[in-house]
Amino acid sequence: MPEDLNWAIGGEAGDGIDSTGKIFAQALSRAGRHVFTSKDFASRIRGGYTAYKVRTSVDRVESVVDRLDILIALTERTIHENEDELHEGSVIIYDGERSTMQDVEVPGDATALEVPLKRLAEDAGGAIMLNVVALGAACEVTGFPIENLDESLEKRFGDKGEAIVENNKEAARKGQHYVQEEYGEFDYDMETTDEDYVLLNGDEAIGMGAIAAGCRFYAGYPITPATDVMEYMTGRVDQFGGKVVQAEDELSAINMALGAARAGARAMTATSGPGIDLMTETFGLVATSETPLVICDVMRSGPSTGMPTKQEQGDLNMTLYGGHGEIPRFVVAPTTVSECFWKTVEAFNLAEKYQTPVFLVSDLAMAVTEQTFSPETFDMDEVEIDRGKVVDENDIDAWLDEKGRFQAHFAAADGISPRAFPGTTDGAHMTTGLEHDELGRRTEDTDVRIEQVDKRQRKVETAREQEDFDYREFGDPDADTLVISWGSNEGALREGLTLLEEDGYDVRFLSVPYIFPRPDLSEEIEAAEDVIVVECNATGQFADVIEHDVLERVQRINKYNGVRFKADELATEIKQTLDTPAEATQ
Amino acid sequence: MSSDVRFTDFKSDKQPTWCPGCGDFGTMNGMMKALAETGNDPDNTFIVAGIGCSGKIGTYMHSYALHGVHGRALPVGIGVKMANPDLEVMVSGGDGDGYSIGAGHFIHAVRRNVDMSYVVMDNRIYGLTKGQASPTSREDFETSTSPDGPNQPPVNPKALALASGATFIAQSFSSNAQRHAEIVQQAVEHDGFGFVNVYSPCVTFNDVDTYDYFRDAIVDLDETDHDPSDRDQAKDKILESEKEYMGVLYQDEDSVPFEEREGVEGSMAEIPDGAPEGAMDLVREFY
Repeated sequence: MPEDLNWAIGGEAGDGIDSTGKIFAQALSRAGRHVFTSKDFASRIRGGYTAYKVRTSVDRVESVVDRLDILIALTERTIHENEDELHEGSVIIYDGERSTMQDVEVPGDATALEVPLKRLAEDAGGAIMLNVVALGAACEVTGFPIENLDESLEKRFGDKGEAIVENNKEAARKGQHYVQEEYGEFDYDMETTDEDYVLLNGDEAIGMGAIAAGCRFYAGYPITPATDVMEYMTGRVDQFGGKVVQAEDELSAINMALGAARAGARAMTATSGPGIDLMTETFGLVATSETPLVICDVMRSGPSTGMPTKQEQGDLNMTLYGGHGEIPRFVVAPTTVSECFWKTVEAFNLAEKYQTPVFLVSDLAMAVTEQTFSPETFDMDEVEIDRGKVVDENDIDAWLDEKGRFQAHFAAADGISPRAFPGTTDGAHMTTGLEHDELGRRTEDTDVRIEQVDKRQRKVETAREQEDFDYREFGDPDADTLVISWGSNEGALREGLTLLEEDGYDVRFLSVPYIFPRPDLSEEIEAAEDVIVVECNATGQFADVIEHDVLERVQRINKYNGVRFKADELATEIKQTLDTPAEATQ
Repeated sequence: MSSDVRFTDFKSDKQPTWCPGCGDFGTMNGMMKALAETGNDPDNTFIVAGIGCSGKIGTYMHSYALHGVHGRALPVGIGVKMANPDLEVMVSGGDGDGYSIGAGHFIHAVRRNVDMSYVVMDNRIYGLTKGQASPTSREDFETSTSPDGPNQPPVNPKALALASGATFIAQSFSSNAQRHAEIVQQAVEHDGFGFVNVYSPCVTFNDVDTYDYFRDAIVDLDETDHDPSDRDQAKDKILESEKEYMGVLYQDEDSVPFEEREGVEGSMAEIPDGAPEGAMDLVREFY
């Protein structure tokens, strides 16, 4: 009997696979067991193979494995799809009375439990409860206390009335008793604990983090796998005086969020790759108008519409470099579901402190993975809010020019200008995506252009000084092998390290949540013999930026005042560069 | 909000770079007059503009303002108003901005009915890119990119608005200063999305839809027996493609703005120093 149990329910989309899996996952979580869930699903509403998988243990679980111990198969295909993960101790529960399941062949030495799910569900009050019959059967197989399942059923069906809840409890017991009577004792004994865990996925953690951080306006357009962020915030943010608006497209969504942010609200939009493409137009406006905005990209498989329901970390370059021209930005990528919460809080603070776009980059694997946490993991007392340089009626005078005009783009030494929310007396000012002066008025003056570009870029330097763009370290700090990763791979890598250790491999693992600005890994890389960068994409986008970081520096001549290079000017610049020590230009 | 606001308070010290004689001067003056007349001041007003000649308006006016990207001014305005309903939000753009690249946003802004005004400077041409066909250009209007005319009928923005469930549709003419200011004022005072299409002639590139043309063609609805509360009458006038009207074509007096229906109360700018009270309930939901 394995220490951790891997369980799955599979069938066709529309069979209630998700909600059934969630009921079981919640029951486990309420019984004080850790849970890590994953989903196999196709891009369709009904039909096609879909599965909800649960890995559970009394210890924390951080990843999925290639092993299934119990499989509820609502279709024959479910068995074939999971054949590789079944082993001789696996138990398969299916309804042998259904016409489509009568000739099922159970692979290998797996144990087949034919349970008349539909018939027993009808006896309990309706065929629709056949999945719950299967859950009851699974409880019997695993020795899991069915009372915990009852609580989960109450949570799921409570608002549909007591009769429905009771029928479901009865359905579960019919499944349980059937297995007891027909198949007898099983070798499992699911340990429970007194711990109370919460169970949530990455998208929910982002939404919760946003509300905790004071986000009050969210505009978005539905897209897999980012929609859960929007669905989470809908209704909930209203309780705190906020609103979610479903825009007509992503162009509108990011512009609405931008408008709300200009009006002083903490605002966010979330989308996935194709939506990020559409939003790209506005990145530069957000940056040059110096509007704080959190733009969340929950990545999926691209390019184009790609594989909308599959995992990929392919948009890194898009968030790092997307948009014409050059703009300061932050790119933050949470590495775990709980980090989705905390990095969202941080994203809002970074956005307002530095008045820039902040890209919060998550991925499908994190978005659809539900994981258990102690509630104090999300201790709301730890949430800190930093709104940056906001000025009001009392201190605005310090930021007015000699004619009494508010200098919204004042070229401060740290690159950060004062911010006056609309409605602030004497704060009226223009802001624009055109290059502008300190008052926000359009300009093509070459000196002002340079001043404003430098001012905006200085924010990044200030942030590097003030913030802690660090990594998380696991494994052996002295190991010769260095593995670096970003995003949702952390859990799988941490467990992978344990397996490597058992085989005698020592590995140092750095999980990096900051893409830009990012920690300088040069020393760590130089100290290692082998450096491996792990990411879910084909070309190694993060590996590219890390390689770039450790390359020898070239000296640079740059010009960005809006005028082309001239020959005599270049000759002078090159002479000056040659006379300057290389390290001074780094 | 001070009571002695004059329309010149909405004027910035930046001199417009519009061509001498451009219709946009009159359009802007009317907007400033309307804002002052309705008791607003620059510190509680937010102007959003798109790109093109019309988009420059935020620079020439004095208020809180954002000059955005082409066609997206309306979503920005919606975001501003949703986040702070106490602000007076006015969006301005051109016919290309509003009816071409921003056409999708236009119909959705109309049906969303957020309480703001939208003033479109319609000169039936692309001016700042030096004279190409716009969505409201006539079918046979010859330009550098349409030497034989666009060969497609012009967009009828008032019809688009009506079909999208507009609660206020008006048309104005920038050269008729008094009427134009009154019409924009009615749009500002309307509880909902106040849409005004303003004939704002381009003296440099459009030699068809000129001041003279509009002066001759335009009919003031105030001098007819038009009843703006009658949607059928409005529909008939809007679909008369050969006629140019000035005045309020349609107004739903029972209009309730989107943000009010959505229960938005006051500014979203104020947030607590830490997580809001009761935030742990958000966590407990996941038990």
